[in-house]
Amino acid sequence: MELEVPKQALLPADSPAVQDDDDLKLEIATQWQLMWWKFRKHHLAMAGGVVVLLFYIVAIFAEFFAPTLATYYREDYVYAPPQTLHLFRDGQFAPYVNGLVFERDPISFKKTWAIDEETAIPIGLFVKGQPYKLWGIIPMDLHLIGPLNPEDPFYLMGADKSGRDVFSRAIYSARVSLSVGLVGVALSMSLGIILGGLSGLLGGTLDNIIQRLIEVMMSIPTLPVLLAIAAVVPLDWPALRVYFIITILLALTQWTGLARVVRSKFLSLREEDFILAATLDGTPRGRLIFRHMLPSFYSHIIASITLSIPGMILAETALSFLGVGLRPPVVSWGVMLQETQKVTVIAIYPWLLFPALAVIIVVLAFNFLGDGLRDAADPY
Amino acid sequence: MWQFVARRLTYMALTVWVISLISFMVIQLPPGDYVTSLVSQMLGAGAREIPPEFEQQMREQYGLNQPVYVQYFKWLGNIIFKGNFGYSFVYQRDARELILERLPMTFAISFFSVVFIWVVALPIGVFSAVRKYSVADYFFTFLGFIGLAVPNFLLALILMFLSYRYFGQALIGLFSAEYADAPWSLGKVLDMLNHMWIPVIIIGTAGTAGLIRTMRANLLDELNKPYVDTARAKGLSEWRLLWKYPVRHALNPFVSTIGWVLPGLIAGEVIVSIVLNLPTSGPIILNSLMQQDMYVASGFILVLSVLTVVGTFISDLLLAWLDPRIRLS
Repeated sequence: MELEVPKQALLPADSPAVQDDDDLKLEIATQWQLMWWKFRKHHLAMAGGVVVLLFYIVAIFAEFFAPTLATYYREDYVYAPPQTLHLFRDGQFAPYVNGLVFERDPISFKKTWAIDEETAIPIGLFVKGQPYKLWGIIPMDLHLIGPLNPEDPFYLMGADKSGRDVFSRAIYSARVSLSVGLVGVALSMSLGIILGGLSGLLGGTLDNIIQRLIEVMMSIPTLPVLLAIAAVVPLDWPALRVYFIITILLALTQWTGLARVVRSKFLSLREEDFILAATLDGTPRGRLIFRHMLPSFYSHIIASITLSIPGMILAETALSFLGVGLRPPVVSWGVMLQETQKVTVIAIYPWLLFPALAVIIVVLAFNFLGDGLRDAADPY
Repeated sequence: MWQFVARRLTYMALTVWVISLISFMVIQLPPGDYVTSLVSQMLGAGAREIPPEFEQQMREQYGLNQPVYVQYFKWLGNIIFKGNFGYSFVYQRDARELILERLPMTFAISFFSVVFIWVVALPIGVFSAVRKYSVADYFFTFLGFIGLAVPNFLLALILMFLSYRYFGQALIGLFSAEYADAPWSLGKVLDMLNHMWIPVIIIGTAGTAGLIRTMRANLLDELNKPYVDTARAKGLSEWRLLWKYPVRHALNPFVSTIGWVLPGLIAGEVIVSIVLNLPTSGPIILNSLMQQDMYVASGFILVLSVLTVVGTFISDLLLAWLDPRIRLS
């Protein structure tokens, strides 16, 4: 409950300049307000937060932001190079891209696509493109950006080996990769809090067992085991099931960090006076945990979670890159990067690395955000 | 002190046992076994029909027809008492030979990565803390973040691409052509070191980033303590002041973190070696997992995990030696 302190009531009428408004606000600000103010000062973290938000918005409305569908392909435009978007033509705002023309390399006689400076394909915003179902339910055909004539090629980031638009697929991948991060972290967070909490609260043998379990899990080099289990997933399982199994596996490798933090916090909180007071009051244990102990370190939990999401995303990308994670037709950044395993491919078609850029940006943003949250978590 | 060591040893033994269980279970997970995949391979290659007696025979020959727990104890017993890791169906060799072939290189790369991380992270972390908010500090923090964000296989890819573009050859493998099959000599060792810095840098980057930040944060905490001001007031030179007390204090969490960096290093090494096609355990593990070559795969996982556990144990010992408070707790 905030105290409303009218300045006039406390100070004599003839006193000099009253206390600054800001200082007064600082005195009566709530915990969350203090955290928010401290977070706001961390510019990098704010930037990170904005980037993360943007990514998630794009991921949620992927169908709208992507110029084509994820699986749409045109054999005639295999490995097309990226077409740069020009905004102004003849001094007017008329976005266009250059067309693509077939060329034969004079030395190797290889057929390649090259940018044709002569032709210009007009591009528009909010165009009608391929029909899709937003979230699989709402039929729409509005795309944020696309060629005015839907038959024209529009490859902002080039095309891959099947003639699919790399840019669109990267946007759809954002949805999968980012949600794996969220779901995985939710799972590992629950596991970590429950086990860590039990361990810290109850102590004794249970604590010992859980501690040893945590140590064992932390000592196992996760990748080989992850590889082993992921390689085991049968090829004929539906994509959604594979998705959940991979997420569960990733969560199983990450919960230990949070569990240790929660355990140490609980151990120290157990000795606090206010917990003793609550116990003496007759608070049942469940309420004790959720109403009294847990809120003391919400902030740390939030910071921890934000810092483990990038780990989850990186792990999923690595697995899919090796071929043992998500599989086509599910598209994630790792799956897209699978094509780039050969150096020769990257040397000739470097735009295939675009999903990697997306991964790096998202992970950086999450790290900055998490850093800021962690700094802000202790505003005192 | 001995109580501490004894306790840690017991826990280590327990951990190793659980790991052996997991390693073995992991291989038993896929439905069917090597014989199933062999049969499907043969069918794929054009065999008309495989009589069930064939499968029976193969299973008996490879010892795959016994119940799982029997297989487990046989496997474990073989490893502990005879050093026999089993037989690799895919490579048609003793699994132990394969493991011994590849393991030293994995070990060497991981070891050098740890050294790299220490050598790089410690001075940069100290420097970052002392020159807080300077240009160099921001630069290193930023570099550290990049190192954290870029997945190491991606770094490997990019480095390969750059070397391909600018040096005309891909940085694949650990040896130049003339040394690849040659017996070990000084020249070969030097050649290996020449090539090794690339995977070591790739693997070490992520770990370095995290440790720089930890070191910086810890040292900053220390530098704010009153005893630092006292020492400065008493006339101790900045250099001596820095290294004699705060750094040693800040090393404490640093050393304990090093131990837990090891599993991540091994995992990173596996991925990077797959991408760069280095002659270490990475490619073999992936291959044997895909083909259900169980003895090789579980052997590798077991050995790698044991190495990791031993490594963490050593780091715990180091920590106890460094900080007397741990010994007595």
